[in-house]
Amino acid sequence: MTVESNEYIGMIHSYEIEAGNFTKAGEAASSIKRLLRQLGVDANVIRRVSIAAYEAEMNMVIHSIGGNIQIEISPKAIVFKAVDEGPGIEDVNLAMEEGFSTAKEWARELGFGAGMGLPNIKRCSDEFHIQSEVGQGTYLEAKFIL
Amino acid sequence: MKISTIKDLLEAELIVGEEFLDHEVVSACGSDLMSDVLTFVKEQTVLLTGLNNPQVIRTAEMLDVSCIVFVRGKKPTQDIINMALERDIVLLSTDNTLFEACGKLYEGGLRGDMR
Repeated sequence: MTVESNEYIGMIHSYEIEAGNFTKAGEAASSIKRLLRQLGVDANVIRRVSIAAYEAEMNMVIHSIGGNIQIEISPKAIVFKAVDEGPGIEDVNLAMEEGFSTAKEWARELGFGAGMGLPNIKRCSDEFHIQSEVGQGTYLEAKFIL
Repeated sequence: MKISTIKDLLEAELIVGEEFLDHEVVSACGSDLMSDVLTFVKEQTVLLTGLNNPQVIRTAEMLDVSCIVFVRGKKPTQDIINMALERDIVLLSTDNTLFEACGKLYEGGLRGDMR
């Protein structure tokens, strides 16, 4: 945990996400939720951040080759970042459409891969940004105003 | 509706969470698709599902779902039960199908939470 005096930096927590590990999938989102509760963040914000974090974590476990989730908490906002190392999204606009998914059957058997993840993260957040390049990876940022 | 009433209406077996049977839920959601659950479910909801894996508990945790009903007689494994224990989530198991279980709760006065 890093606590800085600068209120715009605040507290930063980072979690490594393993590709394909479904036993661990959701642990980072779970930790984030507990952390926000301890900090006394508004219940509605906690809920929105938790849903977004869990969707992003599941996306990373299902689709990526692994990556990192980071949460920055300042008095004014919570910024959630999900960065993976690939394979990247071919058509980001298409991926943002509800119902579009490239998930395989095993992801669907877990109750995921319905093409609702990214639109749901966008819906939950106040600001949403995604950037992706095939062969490079995906960068997702969701901001929640406090 | 109290969780104990849900248990009675569905003739369900209590797997874990006896101390929370008095808690109230205000709506219900029946789905095997956690993606949909994550998109639509509001607070104080009971989740009915035929899906039986750790992601059901995780989904419930993120949404503050206080009770999960496994339908068609499905019984969660010990690791899933432990996860629910840690998170104060009530687990019930009923022999009813998802359709029947939802119908019985609707008849009992519970409504969906897609608004």
